[in-house]
Amino acid sequence: MAACGAEEVVVATVGPADCQQQLRTALAMGADRAILVETGGAVQPLLVARVFAAIQAREQAGLILLGKQAIDDDCNQTGQMLAALLDRPQATFTSKLEITAQQARAVREVDAGLETIEVDLPAVITVDLRLNEPRFVKMPDIMKAKRKPLEVLKTDALKVEAPTALQTVAYETPPKRSAGAKVKDVQELVAALKQRGIL
Amino acid sequence: MGSRVLLVAEHEHGKLNPSTAKTLACAAALGTTDIAVLAAQTGEISAQAAALDGCAKVIAVERSENAHALAAILAPQIAALAQGYDYLLMPSTTFGKDVLPRVAALLGVAQLSDIMEVVDARTFKRPIYAGNVVVTVRVPDGQMVLGTVRTASFQPRGPGAASAPIEQQSLSAALPSHTRFVELGEHVSERPDLQAASRVVSGGRGVGSAENFKVIYSLADKLGAAVGASRAAVDAGYVPNDMQVGQTGKIIAPELYIAIGISGAIQHLTGIKDARTIVAINKDSEAPIFEVADIGIVGDLFTIIPELEKLIDASRK
Repeated sequence: MAACGAEEVVVATVGPADCQQQLRTALAMGADRAILVETGGAVQPLLVARVFAAIQAREQAGLILLGKQAIDDDCNQTGQMLAALLDRPQATFTSKLEITAQQARAVREVDAGLETIEVDLPAVITVDLRLNEPRFVKMPDIMKAKRKPLEVLKTDALKVEAPTALQTVAYETPPKRSAGAKVKDVQELVAALKQRGIL
Repeated sequence: MGSRVLLVAEHEHGKLNPSTAKTLACAAALGTTDIAVLAAQTGEISAQAAALDGCAKVIAVERSENAHALAAILAPQIAALAQGYDYLLMPSTTFGKDVLPRVAALLGVAQLSDIMEVVDARTFKRPIYAGNVVVTVRVPDGQMVLGTVRTASFQPRGPGAASAPIEQQSLSAALPSHTRFVELGEHVSERPDLQAASRVVSGGRGVGSAENFKVIYSLADKLGAAVGASRAAVDAGYVPNDMQVGQTGKIIAPELYIAIGISGAIQHLTGIKDARTIVAINKDSEAPIFEVADIGIVGDLFTIIPELEKLIDASRK
């Protein structure tokens, strides 16, 4: 983002205090300042979206970028919810993005192929890993990042109304598939496929 | 009084997507299910939805703005339609994943992603941590249950005894103009659809190049199979993104899955765990794919595949 002519890049997250480390990394990669909205327990997408909507009301960003889904709960919801709350466009699963003064053109990875849409800014874009290669962080950047501003806020300071959360009842490990047999050559492979009625 | 379910149909090129019939299998277990069809022209799609076993009624919303499935356009209409329903479901395809959270935020309620099992009327199982853990989640009483349904976990509903009634509905919802469809680059293929195919042959980084992928296509054609790929193969530019199988690609449940030159990262395995038979061909005998494969063979794919094709031909004579 810093490379595409944005005046300022603000990196924000919602989570426990140790998220400061991730924010510092983003600052080292080139973001100008950071905001951490500190929470204790687990947070669900609708609450996170409401927090970001409150931050956007303050920041008035021209473009809001998020990952398409979290690597823990795999919800794939926050960006879409944020766009709805802001009543602004969304471009999810984006792997290519071109930005002009008033608009963005996003190439989205959808089941059928690649969909291109055009959105007016401000817009919410959620991205696939294929969007780009993250910058390599060098030592001087890490030093510089330590001096960049990092604001810590509490959710109540943002006056965000918490939605009724889904209740977690239980966790389990899914049944594992067990390894079958290795065959020693292609003839055995064909025999095994025939035995299973596949060939 | 039974529960009422609204299912939003997925469609393209004027036809119902098979994901709708699979989502219906989950929906019908929860209550009387109406299917909403939002399109520029709903006729054929509505008729296909109405024919499905378990569809009580089709609600057709025909507007020129609905020509393309844009979340910003569809969400306000779906939020209006959902009033009075106990459940709102969509398939967990890129369509449902894009649209439903936007609806959830408009309605101000939490949403479940990737329902893989219905435990009871308000309790569901869904995968987290790339499928390494299954969490059971309960939706609190008194709020609408919104969820995307992992289609690979449900068998599609077939045609019913009689067609359900189709009701045209005009919605006055104001629609934004800030989001515009430009184009859809589809990778046109004569091969079976990856998400519906009973046989899938996939290639990974081990295939080595886009050019080399022809050996994968060749074997797939011999078996009448669809072709898939790992994220690594898509990242390397060997094949387009719509062929990606796995956690953030397509979750599939074919009868036969052949993984060729795919090491078997957990994100990939998540996409194939419901496959009936998994065959792995890999030169690395330590590759994790062998831990889940029913039949494994260690060796060079470029010698194994031609030999396999030859033996398949011979066995058919």
